[in-house]
Amino acid sequence: MPEKKIRVLVAKPGLDGHDRGAKVVARALRDAGMEVIYTGLRQTPEMIASAALQEDVDAVGLSILSGAHMTLVPRVIKLLKEQGLEHVAVFVGGIVPDEDVPSLHELGVKAIYGPGTTLDEIVRGVREGVVAGE
Amino acid sequence: MSVDIVTEALAGERRAVARLISVMERGGEEARQALSRLYARTGRAHIVGITGAPGTGKSTLVNAMAKVYRKQGLTVGIIAVDPTSPFSGGAILGDRIRMRDLTTDEGIFIRSMATRGSLGGLARATADAAHVLDAAGYPVILLETVGAGQSEVDIARTAQTTLVVEMPSAGDDIQAIKAGILEIADLLVVNKADLAGADNAVAALRAMLDLGAARTEWHHGHLERVEGVVGAGEAWRPPVLKTVALRGEGVAELVTAVQAHRQYLEDSGLKQRREQERVQEGLRRILRHTLLERLLGQISEQNLERTVQRVVAREQDPYSAAEMLMAEAGLDGKKE
Repeated sequence: MPEKKIRVLVAKPGLDGHDRGAKVVARALRDAGMEVIYTGLRQTPEMIASAALQEDVDAVGLSILSGAHMTLVPRVIKLLKEQGLEHVAVFVGGIVPDEDVPSLHELGVKAIYGPGTTLDEIVRGVREGVVAGE
Repeated sequence: MSVDIVTEALAGERRAVARLISVMERGGEEARQALSRLYARTGRAHIVGITGAPGTGKSTLVNAMAKVYRKQGLTVGIIAVDPTSPFSGGAILGDRIRMRDLTTDEGIFIRSMATRGSLGGLARATADAAHVLDAAGYPVILLETVGAGQSEVDIARTAQTTLVVEMPSAGDDIQAIKAGILEIADLLVVNKADLAGADNAVAALRAMLDLGAARTEWHHGHLERVEGVVGAGEAWRPPVLKTVALRGEGVAELVTAVQAHRQYLEDSGLKQRREQERVQEGLRRILRHTLLERLLGQISEQNLERTVQRVVAREQDPYSAAEMLMAEAGLDGKKE
């Protein structure tokens, strides 16, 4: 039966080594029926954009706990655009101070999921973000 | 839209290749049309299947092999298959973790695929995805599969050269070799050969091969024992090789052996014969699927429901019920 599977790339850009959150989210997305390409730690923006292209993903989830979001996220979004992947919904999870949230939204980030976000919220958010981009 | 991405994919444009693989995964009319446009350009790549139990280091080995091919100046397509959860329909595709250093190499294309309900270790669309990469000009395509159950046989149907990866086990004996593994392996690899027991593992595998886990070949969709020599010259004796994929040790030798197998397939005429088998199996599979779809399309929901109830109530047996449904759909088996 031809069905539309949502494919999500989950990556940890930069040098941040705490991946439990990313793994928990990856499992939740899988349990919600999505295909999660989990690329793990120490991904550069170039690696993330390249993988997103080859895997033809609908969404990219960036897990950042290191505080480097204002450097890493814009670079990922720029590279995605350059490769013709502007339709890919970008989500950021982790630690993002409130004052940075508007800038990230302006760059095109669909949603920012900080501590305390429920998995249900994330699943729904990813689904809605992907559908909106179609 | 389809017209554009097929043309672009045939020219090797990576985004188009990625989107075309997605078209193949979705299946249906779009996939069929795309495939008919690129099929004439397939048949050139060497498709190498890598299978083996989880934890044996398949992904790391694929990563190392790809690097060797790149050193030879060849581009490589990689398809890594992981299981879809039967409960949620979702999947975690994590093979890329082991292939980080290949991600930005423009000469390598890596695609992760979920089995999506397919019972073997490959997705239904894996063969079609390999066709896309073949047509796009990748001379080498590495297919990495889930290693469990019947998947080994599945991969032997799709790949031209099949590698089975083992690793040394804690004790002296190699872990129980599943039926079928030795029979479909064109090459056997003992990875993580730096661990204790590696030499024992190699010896055990060689002994099993000598004892005549006989050479088998595809014949009408099944594996059958082959007596004597196949084609001109010596029959292929599956080599047992040692590698430490993480350090790249033994991998150049492995690639040389893989390429030697490809040469052997051509020289012996086996390449043609296996291709014929593959095509025949493929056609049967497509016919089965398509005919069933069409047949079910001719039968109304209520009719089907009523038939089910009759069989449940033991008023009719399943075979007669099926005959009745087929007759109603116009397929009563009687020649005009």
